[in-house]
Amino acid sequence: MAIVYQKTKGLTDAELHYCPGCTHGIVHKLVGETLEELDVLGKAVGVAPVGCAVFAYDYFNCDMQEAAHGRAPAVATGIKRVLPQHVVFTYQGDGDLAAIGIAEAVHSAMRGEKITVIFVNNAIYGMTGGQMAPTTLVGQKATTAPLGRDPGHYGSPIRMSEMLATIDGAAYIERVMVTTPASVMKAKRSIKKAFELQIAGLGFTMIEVLSTCPTNWGLTPVESLEWVKENMLPVFPLGVYRDVTKEEA
Amino acid sequence: MSKELWKGNEAIAEAAIRAGCRCYFGYPITPQSEIPEYMSLHMPKAGGVFLQSESEVAAINMVYGATGAGARVMTSSSSPGVSLKQEGISYMCGAELPGVIVNVMRGGPGLGTIQPAQGDYFQATRGGGHGDYRLIVFAPANIQEVVDLMQEAFDLADKYRMPVMMLLDGMIGQMMEPVEWKRPAIAPEDLPEKPWATTGTKNKRLPNIINSLFIDPDACNQHNIRLEEKYARVTESEQRYETNDTEDAEVIFVAFGTPARLARAAVRLLAEDGIKAGVFRPITVWPYPYDALYKIAAQDSVKAVVTVEMNTGQMIDDVRIAVKGARPVSFVGSAGGIIPTPYEVAEAAKKALGR
Amino acid sequence: MSYNEIVIAGFGGQGVMSIGTTMAEAAMSEGLNVSWLPSYGPEMRGGTANCNVVISDGEIISPIVLEPSELIAMNLPSLDKFESAVKPGGLILVNESIIERKVERNDVRAVYVPSQEIAAELGNLRVANMVMLGAFIEATKLLKFETVVDMLRNIFTGKKANLVEINEVALQRGADCVNV
Repeated sequence: MAIVYQKTKGLTDAELHYCPGCTHGIVHKLVGETLEELDVLGKAVGVAPVGCAVFAYDYFNCDMQEAAHGRAPAVATGIKRVLPQHVVFTYQGDGDLAAIGIAEAVHSAMRGEKITVIFVNNAIYGMTGGQMAPTTLVGQKATTAPLGRDPGHYGSPIRMSEMLATIDGAAYIERVMVTTPASVMKAKRSIKKAFELQIAGLGFTMIEVLSTCPTNWGLTPVESLEWVKENMLPVFPLGVYRDVTKEEA
Repeated sequence: MSKELWKGNEAIAEAAIRAGCRCYFGYPITPQSEIPEYMSLHMPKAGGVFLQSESEVAAINMVYGATGAGARVMTSSSSPGVSLKQEGISYMCGAELPGVIVNVMRGGPGLGTIQPAQGDYFQATRGGGHGDYRLIVFAPANIQEVVDLMQEAFDLADKYRMPVMMLLDGMIGQMMEPVEWKRPAIAPEDLPEKPWATTGTKNKRLPNIINSLFIDPDACNQHNIRLEEKYARVTESEQRYETNDTEDAEVIFVAFGTPARLARAAVRLLAEDGIKAGVFRPITVWPYPYDALYKIAAQDSVKAVVTVEMNTGQMIDDVRIAVKGARPVSFVGSAGGIIPTPYEVAEAAKKALGR
Repeated sequence: MSYNEIVIAGFGGQGVMSIGTTMAEAAMSEGLNVSWLPSYGPEMRGGTANCNVVISDGEIISPIVLEPSELIAMNLPSLDKFESAVKPGGLILVNESIIERKVERNDVRAVYVPSQEIAAELGNLRVANMVMLGAFIEATKLLKFETVVDMLRNIFTGKKANLVEINEVALQRGADCVNV
């Protein structure tokens, strides 16, 4: 019997703990496939965050470190500086990267750390139960913003890709989503490109993935995919925000 | 071997490089900035990594990543900065990662002063961050000892897979003394392998995972039990102390670091008045040499025990635990960057003896 | 047993710290035990700075000097601050160039050194501290001139080798200020 599809060797056999309809699983798959296809699993070191993806160290089939909340880019910096020939990545959510760990993210980009950051933005704190994130949309309800995010009180959502793209040390920054087969394929190509540019030693790379949180958004999985397109896209437009290979060309 | 005049902070940095440390992450703060300054010049020459981080928080987490990747790694700071590092230190203990952290203490609390103090004793010896853990804490009193202990600090960190802290005060960091490099420098490639490190599977083994999360309470409890057993082994094997003039002494001073030197000056002053005094100096303040101190304090000749500290009285708690009420224990010292004088120390002894 | 506890104090930039380190280096190479302890902090940036040097043929207990046996006062605030602390029978070297008053105590030995005028005569104001060191060595006989000169030869090499001579002369001119 011909094998037409099989799970990537980039992921372990551990059962994912993510909620139904959450797109973390898709993003994991894309990263795992990328590591396998680039044949770097044996020299990859990943850094897991604090947040929904905290158990990522059990899912990726390579050496892993679990970082303190927000510190993954600092931990990755330490790893990459010791093992400059290795492939080092972090996998972080919006609270981890855009709130408590924003300094580590910005300064890793400033130093041009040759790492790849996978930034999963679902506009909410998932693991702790639906609290407001720095990327929560204006008016979006959260358990710490029960009447919806009030921009007079909390300001407006932060756009990390746009912000980090202004930094000289950033080599590749792109925002993608994973709501349709086509967008998933596109996201895969983007993630692969980020890793390739890391391996080429060009600098800091980040792929921001707009993701879903049906549980805390209070929507069905299908509604959640629609919600990303209708509500997140206008605030977080997709696109390549920085690509040094294009600038040099 | 010939002696060289070294500034404490620079000697710490050089000793670390000689001990095979090839990674330094840190953030400038007085009175220890000569450590990153020295490292920035000499670490690259040794083929190592020097990185000035955006914060002490980032620095200790870079240490976490780098030591997890198998390197001998160090960071340094002074009191306020060491407070910021506590998160990472707790994670290192939880994930059982080695590393050396230097605290060149200054006066606190808060921004305090940049002058020498010992107000971080509790922080250093009781853990400092969250959760049940300990660090091996060396408290050298002169620059030769700093240099001699540095290699041991790295060796013990690797042996027990736990962070080791060098607890100094600003005076030792800033002063100069002759140093003799007694041990040959270590090449990192000669150090034992770390099979647990995340150096890449090379597709030949299962992934290594550096982690301090044990979400199941039973697993977390077992992890704590295992750590506690390790700390018990350290307590059993790694206590260090020094005694001076303690035989037949009427009064015993207990002091670590700089105050131990002041106490020895006070011993000479007291001798002029016909009072026999001695000094017990813990070199490890964790594990604390309780039994050794008890034996000395409970000698027939001893009438009083006086702790000398550059704080408002922190180590005195450990001294009381050690002495177990066998002798009266009193305190002399000053905080906030004021160094007590040998005269004040001698007076405190006379008062304790009722003279 | 010899046990000299020295305080060197003055404005930042007067070479106070380097007088101390030179003294400590020289003593160490003569086989003596030494310690050097600086004041540090904002005062290093132009205010009054001082360092403590202890030199002994026995063990050095504390590097902190409370009652100096020798004081080198490079400016008036330093003389005002430390004069009363000097041990009876001790030595005070006064930088006469900018300190207009005399030492008030009569139980110490006072030596006045116009260090800056001498340095100006020699054509390099930066050797004023070496003039003071020369006076110190002559007055205390604690160190050998040759030791310091040998050190200078090791420090000033290549293009800077010509600085050895002017420093050596500065040491001698300082020494000449003693016993006049």
